[in-house]
Amino acid sequence: MSDELNLENAEERIGVYICHCGTNIAGTVDVAEVREWAEKRLKSRGVVLARDYKFMCSSLGQELIEKDITENRLTRVVVAACSPHLHENTFRTACKRAGLNPYLCELVSIREQVSWVHTDKHAATDKAKAVLSGGVERVRHHQPLEPLRVPIHPATLVVGGGIAGIQTALEIADAGRRVYLVEREPSIGGHMSQFDKTFPTLDCSACILTPKMVSAGMHPNITLMTWSEVTKVDGYVGNFAVTIKQKARCVKTDLCTGCGICQEKCPKKVIDEVYEAGLGYRKAVYTPFPQAVPKFPVIDKPNCTYFQKGTCKACEKFCPTNAIDFNQQDELITVEVGNIVLATGYDLFDARRIPHYGYGRLANVFTSLEFERLTNAAGPTNGNIVLRDGKTTPKVVGIVHCVGSRDRNYNNYCSAICCMQSLKFAHLVKERTGATVYNFYIDMRTAAKAYDEFYQRVLEEGTLFVRGRVAEVTDAARLPGEEGKLIIQVEDTLAGKQRRIPVDMVVLSAGLQSRHDSKEVAKLFGISCSADAWFIEKHPKLDPVSTMTDGVFIAGCCTGPKDIPNSVSQGAAAAARVLTYIDRGEITLEPVRASINEMKCSGCRICNNLCPFNAILFHADRMVSEVNAALCQGCGTCVAACPAGAISGTGFSNEQIMSQIEGLLLLNLNGAREKELAYA
Amino acid sequence: MSETFEPVIIGFTCNWCSYRAADLAGTARVKYAPNVRLIRMMCSGRLDPTFVMKALSGGADGVLITGCHPGECHYIEQNYKALRRFILLKRTLTQMGIEPGRIKLVWASAAEGVKLAEEISKMVEEVRALGPLNWNGHDQTFEVFETSKVSELEAA
Repeated sequence: MSDELNLENAEERIGVYICHCGTNIAGTVDVAEVREWAEKRLKSRGVVLARDYKFMCSSLGQELIEKDITENRLTRVVVAACSPHLHENTFRTACKRAGLNPYLCELVSIREQVSWVHTDKHAATDKAKAVLSGGVERVRHHQPLEPLRVPIHPATLVVGGGIAGIQTALEIADAGRRVYLVEREPSIGGHMSQFDKTFPTLDCSACILTPKMVSAGMHPNITLMTWSEVTKVDGYVGNFAVTIKQKARCVKTDLCTGCGICQEKCPKKVIDEVYEAGLGYRKAVYTPFPQAVPKFPVIDKPNCTYFQKGTCKACEKFCPTNAIDFNQQDELITVEVGNIVLATGYDLFDARRIPHYGYGRLANVFTSLEFERLTNAAGPTNGNIVLRDGKTTPKVVGIVHCVGSRDRNYNNYCSAICCMQSLKFAHLVKERTGATVYNFYIDMRTAAKAYDEFYQRVLEEGTLFVRGRVAEVTDAARLPGEEGKLIIQVEDTLAGKQRRIPVDMVVLSAGLQSRHDSKEVAKLFGISCSADAWFIEKHPKLDPVSTMTDGVFIAGCCTGPKDIPNSVSQGAAAAARVLTYIDRGEITLEPVRASINEMKCSGCRICNNLCPFNAILFHADRMVSEVNAALCQGCGTCVAACPAGAISGTGFSNEQIMSQIEGLLLLNLNGAREKELAYA
Repeated sequence: MSETFEPVIIGFTCNWCSYRAADLAGTARVKYAPNVRLIRMMCSGRLDPTFVMKALSGGADGVLITGCHPGECHYIEQNYKALRRFILLKRTLTQMGIEPGRIKLVWASAAEGVKLAEEISKMVEEVRALGPLNWNGHDQTFEVFETSKVSELEAA
């Protein structure tokens, strides 16, 4: 480091602030010692004052910094507190209020990375000093920066037409903004459209959902794109270009009236694995259910006789408006949007994965979704609860909770809705068949408005509750009275004994799990997934509908198991966030971008191929490369690769990182190796 | 003061995955060895090999490089570039007489706080077993290794 630079740095006046965070930091790190050390040891590095305070992020803590900037003429600020992902903005804003460029502030983490993860007080205090010193060295090389401003395109993409996605779309559209609602299936509605009743009020699912579906379908501001999937996402917050594949419906939507004659005449019956959960049939040309929105059917090519064998065309012959078009092709449509909301929902846990519960092997073991279809008046049995033979009404029904949830062999988490769903099933069985009902539960979880009251009601109705995880469902009769029945083997943990309970029907309350393709979807939109493949929120408590990727929001079950009220709330919350962006008209972005010093660039073009965003242009006439700041995302790969050192990255420059390394190595753990900085 | 050698490790983390994993380890109060000091970058692709040289020559006994799992990079594919550089860097350092165990590449997603903590603790023990690096105090004349010795070290 040259003397010249040293002189210049000598004029820097750095303020250091160490947060106690109550006892979160101060309980493990000797905060006063760190402050004294910084005052003394880092004085030669430009630190003019060091303070510690109980809560730096409080308004009093922030005022402390502002006052020092004004009165003590600080030129840089280092705050040692929590993760920059939490409060970087807080302290930057405080600096800005006092007239200091916000980017001259550095927040180093001594909570998440020191006090919360270490127990030895001495070692933790030493590490806090090292981390602080790294921050001080780094901040000396910070540059005053201006945030980038980008305009926000006023249209929004909502992916997923379940209740969460519908709610988001309606909120945004009602505010007068354009929404593209993309749904993979032929109709919007999602899982909620498959249910008969909703807990705890027992109102009819279709009665409350259908009006919302219809408003979404009719809304002048909503462009409904069903039977479609997003295939490509380009751009960044405010300016996404999204490519959507509109699969060929083989039905001309401008001519189709939704009369349903094609479905009536189609000779090909197909088991409906999606909407009817495998219990019922549909035709090869179909709308999943009568209230479908939009009303236009689709032709399922792999099952259509014409597409497979070349003859049939019954639908075309009988269509009164000539709306069938076998020559329709898949179409790629590109739309421009400013924000994206993902509401892609969940998959049901595959109960076949637990072989000892017998699903798929024992006929009268049903999954929860199958049971929903059985109870649905529009379902395959017209709402009659019957065994797999289609006619026998069960006399004894066993409902098994926590199937694939709270089980370290499958999913560790609680699926949140199964207790209430199982109670609802118990009520419906009682009400419609009068059968004896057993619920096998581990713990009853009924924590929401009017949920526990519903539990009390089901208890009073005479449903029997057995506390214990079911060991096995079998048809091997051992005792008299078990012949021809399904036997549930369970340890009754309240009675403290093993029980064998013969029943006619078993309902497995299968848990919720992330969509089978959620990892690919996350990659497509540039967001992250948890270990269970649920989408990760920006902050699990304080920012549950945002993601780490600006302009991409998440709502509903794609972030984790949720009931309908929570999904709706999240859908509305995501809409509010989007509308805030749109109303503001522009967004400020971190000015972390690369730039090339043309004087140093040799034109070797090594950087050109490293950029996945094609942000680096080569000017053949001048033999130099240039970074397009609008396309650059700021990863810094080109900065690291330039052999001439011609590329610099704001916010993460070589000088900043090199100095941070020196600062971090100022002292080692046992203090004995504390050394002078090379250029001190 | 304890007699055992406490290594110092500099860790490079990616803003989108491993730094968040470190945050998560903190929030979940997962404990790990205090010998590591982390530096945040926007992407593991930002890792200039000279950063590693700088750390090792400046007193670090080991360097941990972390990034998103292959295929999960926030910037599409830049972690692959980090991987390429890492392999070359490891070879170069080995030729300079530095044990390959002193630098390590770990993939850690934002959800893998526990994994990151475990990897850190593991690496601290590995480097502790190797002993201090003390590059600066090293004899000024570089030992030139025979090719056979290099491959021996690499195999180790």
